[in-house]
Amino acid sequence: MSPENTTRRPGEAVFAVFLALLSAALVWQAYGIAGFEALSSPGAFPIAVTSVMVISSLIILTHTLRKPTQPGNTFLGHVATPLALIMTGLIVIFGFALQPLGFLPSAYLFLVVGIKILSKRSFAYSLGIALFCLVLIYIVFRLVFSVLMPEGIVPEREILAWIGNLFGGTN
Amino acid sequence: MIEAFQYFTTAWVDPQLLGLVALGTFAGIYVGAIPGLSVTMAVSILISFTFSWEVYSALSLMVGIYMGGVYGGSRTAILLNIPGAPSAIATAFDGYPLAQKGLAGEAIGIATTMSAVGGFIGIIVLAAAAPMVSEFALKFQPRDYMLLAILGILLVGSLSGDNLVKGIFAGSLGLLIGAVGLDPLTAQERFTFGVVELWGGISFIAVMIGMFGVAEALIQLRHIDKVAVKQKIARIVPSWSAIRKYLPLSVQTSTIGVIIGALPGTGGDIAALMAYDHAKRVTKNPETPFGEGAREGLVAPETANNAAIGGAFIPMLTLGIPGDAVTAIIIGALFIHGLNPGPMLMIDRPEMFWFIVGALVLANIFMLVFGLTGIRIFTKIVEMPRAVLIPIILMLSIVGAYAVNNAITDVYWMLAFGVLGYFMKLYGYQVGPVILGVILSRLIDENWRRAIISERESIPDLMLGILTSPLSLVLFVSVILIFLSQTPFWAKAKKRLRTQKDASKT
Repeated sequence: MSPENTTRRPGEAVFAVFLALLSAALVWQAYGIAGFEALSSPGAFPIAVTSVMVISSLIILTHTLRKPTQPGNTFLGHVATPLALIMTGLIVIFGFALQPLGFLPSAYLFLVVGIKILSKRSFAYSLGIALFCLVLIYIVFRLVFSVLMPEGIVPEREILAWIGNLFGGTN
Repeated sequence: MIEAFQYFTTAWVDPQLLGLVALGTFAGIYVGAIPGLSVTMAVSILISFTFSWEVYSALSLMVGIYMGGVYGGSRTAILLNIPGAPSAIATAFDGYPLAQKGLAGEAIGIATTMSAVGGFIGIIVLAAAAPMVSEFALKFQPRDYMLLAILGILLVGSLSGDNLVKGIFAGSLGLLIGAVGLDPLTAQERFTFGVVELWGGISFIAVMIGMFGVAEALIQLRHIDKVAVKQKIARIVPSWSAIRKYLPLSVQTSTIGVIIGALPGTGGDIAALMAYDHAKRVTKNPETPFGEGAREGLVAPETANNAAIGGAFIPMLTLGIPGDAVTAIIIGALFIHGLNPGPMLMIDRPEMFWFIVGALVLANIFMLVFGLTGIRIFTKIVEMPRAVLIPIILMLSIVGAYAVNNAITDVYWMLAFGVLGYFMKLYGYQVGPVILGVILSRLIDENWRRAIISERESIPDLMLGILTSPLSLVLFVSVILIFLSQTPFWAKAKKRLRTQKDASKT
């Protein structure tokens, strides 16, 4: 077991409160399934599990509140760092764009922007590396693993068929 | 017997399966070696890409990645002092000092051959023990399954992370996630909030990819500027005399590895640390002191963590209870392919069991081959910048979550669990118990209800049943002991005992 943190990280107490509230709401939900009808009812296991969550989250909360805070550490500086926020925002946008735009354009844009921000190098670098990686991933997952991805605005099948015709003739 | 051998060689004679095991092992070594990529991450993302495959092909790839990944972690532990996987933490203790002395090649050679030795011993034990365990497991009562599953979650929770309470919370959260949807027995809605999409439950793959893929990648953002150190590597194939010298120790530490691996809830990381400790105790006069490059300190963890793989498959295949996070994910994959790991698997689908054993042996051989060759290309790939790696992991996570059901809802779940997992990891909650909880939720729920119905809803009768059956009693006492070991009461008693001992010494 790794030694326990002796100080409280920024936001840790808020997170513990959130987990405790979540557990309380869930135990209420679990009670709503079948009440205390029977030990073998569909609600028995959920009630037991959520009760354990409530108890453990309360213990964690009291432990957390007792720990001293780390001086000088801020939530934005050490937990929700700018990089983490930006990347989370990017993947959320990517998630939303995946279906309407299609896999190829949305993934390419995501890789270009992501690599550009993280590597802090030139645009040409991220454009090139992203293209290289995407081609590799496309070959491995779409062609070898035959995973279906959303097509979106790129007429992928037509292009593949065209390439197939180019090399295989009638096939 | 002949049949078993035929099943065993399925992956050996089929060129496609053979290729997949090789590919998996190769990929596993690099996944394990690249800091920032983990076996759990790779396997959970791969499940989503392989679920439409034939079960044999999917398993070949996953077995290879598991075997290669556990070994691959040792590479970076030796070369960079960064364990590529938790199971390689102990490897860095003596591996890195060896590399600092310019003996990186020798260290990698020993680690590779000893991993293979450990792997083989683990597989032999698996092949010998699993049929017996599964026969024994047929006698298990529902309450035993329930207790065993709880024990597994508690062990994972107590051995990793800040403290047991956080582990228990994480495990319960997983159990809860697994309970969402229609109740399998009565079709009553549970935690669905009236949303029809939730009737089928939350896709466990989305949970896994979120917690092991996205959350891990977000955590990695914190170390984006760390650079790899370059090392020159000379000869790596170890001499025969060196192998012979460490063979007795490797057999002992492999045994530790198999046993720890076979316990539900404990895996290669703990096995490796315990084996290291064992080596330190039994090696009377090491050539070099431990911690400064003792070869024994390298042999012990490397044999143990690979031996633990064979061990971990025992409870997974015979009881349906995963030994660690990776086996939890593999169980999930078996579910997806319509297989039901448990004592009946050995009886209904013996071909599946022997196929896995065969694939494991194959993966072990490939590991040895790839481990002792291709070192030049290896150093190149490991230097892949994280600025490129992290966006790729994130992209694969999204595509993986989408690919399972072609449903965008799964992607949102995955993202939500990714963010939750990020905060959990940061604040010292382990995500391993969550995954174990999700996988074991249904097993515990169903067995609890079977147990209590068979006792006519009477808790005293259930307790009487537990106390009068040796197996149930052992499991029950273990569960209680783990709880007690984390209370202040236990710590006080231990302190008092120690002071008494010290007093009697003086």
